[in-house]
Amino acid sequence: MTTVAVKPATMAQALTRAMRDAMAADPAVHVMGEDVGTLGGVFRVTDGLAAEFGEDRCTDTPLAEAGILGAAVGMAMYGLRPVVEMQFDAFAYPAFEQLVSHVSRMRNRTRGRMPLPITVRVPYGGGIGGVEHHSDSSEAYYMATPGLHVVTPATVADAYGLLRQAIASDDPVVFLEPKRLYWSKDAWNADHPTDVEPIGRAVVRRPGSSATLITYGPSLPVCMEAAEAARAEGWDLEVVDLRSLVPFDDETVCASVRRTGRAVVVHESTGFGGPGGEIAARITERCFHHLEAPVLRVAGFDLPYPPPMLERHHLPGVDRVLDAVARLQWEAEN
Amino acid sequence: MTVMEQRGAYRPSPPPAWQPRMDPAPLLPDAEPYRVLGTDTAAKADPDLLRRLYAQLVRGRRYNTQATALTKQGRLAVYPSSTGQEACEVAAALALEERDWLFPSYRDTLAVVARGVDPVETLTLLRGDWHNGYDPHTHRVAPLSTPLATQLPHAVGLAHAARLKGDDVVALAMVGDGGTSEGDFHEALNFAAVWQAPVVFLVQNNGFAISVPLAKQTAAPSLAHKAVGYGMPGRLVDGNDAAAVHEVLSDAVRHARAGGGPTLVEAVTYRVEAHTNADDATRYREDDEVETWRRHDPVQLLERELTARGLLDEAAIDAVRQDAEAMAADLRERMNQDPRLDPMDLFDHVYAEPTSQLREQRALLRTELAAEQDEQEGDPR
Repeated sequence: MTTVAVKPATMAQALTRAMRDAMAADPAVHVMGEDVGTLGGVFRVTDGLAAEFGEDRCTDTPLAEAGILGAAVGMAMYGLRPVVEMQFDAFAYPAFEQLVSHVSRMRNRTRGRMPLPITVRVPYGGGIGGVEHHSDSSEAYYMATPGLHVVTPATVADAYGLLRQAIASDDPVVFLEPKRLYWSKDAWNADHPTDVEPIGRAVVRRPGSSATLITYGPSLPVCMEAAEAARAEGWDLEVVDLRSLVPFDDETVCASVRRTGRAVVVHESTGFGGPGGEIAARITERCFHHLEAPVLRVAGFDLPYPPPMLERHHLPGVDRVLDAVARLQWEAEN
Repeated sequence: MTVMEQRGAYRPSPPPAWQPRMDPAPLLPDAEPYRVLGTDTAAKADPDLLRRLYAQLVRGRRYNTQATALTKQGRLAVYPSSTGQEACEVAAALALEERDWLFPSYRDTLAVVARGVDPVETLTLLRGDWHNGYDPHTHRVAPLSTPLATQLPHAVGLAHAARLKGDDVVALAMVGDGGTSEGDFHEALNFAAVWQAPVVFLVQNNGFAISVPLAKQTAAPSLAHKAVGYGMPGRLVDGNDAAAVHEVLSDAVRHARAGGGPTLVEAVTYRVEAHTNADDATRYREDDEVETWRRHDPVQLLERELTARGLLDEAAIDAVRQDAEAMAADLRERMNQDPRLDPMDLFDHVYAEPTSQLREQRALLRTELAAEQDEQEGDPR
């Protein structure tokens, strides 16, 4: 742990800094998308990049997600490292064909001769009062597409570190930004960002012995809060932040579950066909004899993302997590 | 005073003055497809170029018949013939400089071959041993794209990147008439025009998207007219006239290279064979129509022109045919050998570094292969 006294920074600021540092370090890095230039992005995550690096390096594109990602493919073919912004989760859907049919396969199709180092930034998830199409959690679609890396930071340090790694990666990375954590603050030094674990590694954010909460992105703070609250019940919860959904860190997850014997997967996206099903299956396959209860999932309901005035009923909150933990205890006792 | 009483005194302000951003007239295509062969313009064409086009046309035709024969032998799962469209294919390749890039769609193997790619490598996708057989960087040819029009934005991005790097590289992107209905066609043309990217879009309008005729594909006066809406010039050309296609494409390439931005070229041609060997074209078109187009054959058109002008004699024609025959024989012989496949290749190119999951699956396949081999060798284990 570094103990440098630093000003608190937001996740959005760390993401901006990551792009800025990547662009300064490598002229091949180009940021592009709708509104990323003059406006600095609707969340201001690309603020100042066009002014510092020029419009050729931070480009306001026509409003067309397939075109943005498709053009990025051609730019990557010619040796650039495009970082594209999809503005909002559900706005990325028009670009799905490019992502699935080309971005994810070009390395494989060309036997490694044409890798595509593209970072696709997707602000995702709910909790900000967004209207329809502004709060989806689409990670399961991306996870189901071989050839993509899928990462999502939950801390300010990871926002910086993972984005730098994503941009430096020779493979396409879908970089999911939990937009309700954009303004979350953390003591983080923008001038001396410390190294974080690489893409593909999960991190134990809170050690514990009663059960493991497995989560990522926007649900990490929920799980941390739940773990604190659980102390009153005498439960000592471990919290694992996945950080990277693809590649998936079986090792860290399974080591934790083997220690605690119980696991709850927590995420915002739907439970049916969602990431939790895959994670629960992996744990069951690898840790069955260590489990003292079924692996449970606390997820968003299986419905289209609700209107903002109802979203608090949909999003997994602290109480729902604690209820699941209580069910784990019950299963173990009977 | 009520609102109704006020109404008489209300004078709406006029809307702000509006002006078109540019005069659309220079962008409009000609009323008729541009032709060279059989016109006075042909006399001005470079004889060497015409002979090169002819040689490539004959090779292309032979490649089409050979590849179709390979489907009958079961060597290819399927082959989408470009017979009747060879002029577009050949002109596309010959209009480019070596440093330029070609973005072909699945029917454009002849353009890829004419660009210098080994014919066997262009058939890898259809033989089924890998999705793409050649190194795209060697001849600057992108992989043959199966999803329609999705390669067009790639061409725009590559051309844009090249210009940003200061290279005078042009990208030529090929698409069919059906592909012009796809969203990616629109987005690519729009990006190219806004960015003034050095791209040339070649639409081969061969009349049908599998079975759907152009009239059910678009209500536009011509596909070349679509260019005007994007703010780029549209050109209409007889797609069976190799000299005309070459001239129009070369102009567009020069224009792009000089910083003039993109052009949309529509080549009016016809797919005289079925969509693929799996298609029954008699269900959706009349024999008369096919016959009319067979008489407007790109190889014959050029051969007649060259012969009439004394630029080609029987001996030269024979030499070209023998060269094509040798290419076909070589293709046949190499395609009739079973490709050497290494199943472990499956895992090698998914990511730069395989994930732990892929490493586990790789180990599983290796075990299965070892067991298979033991079985074949009669090992009792």
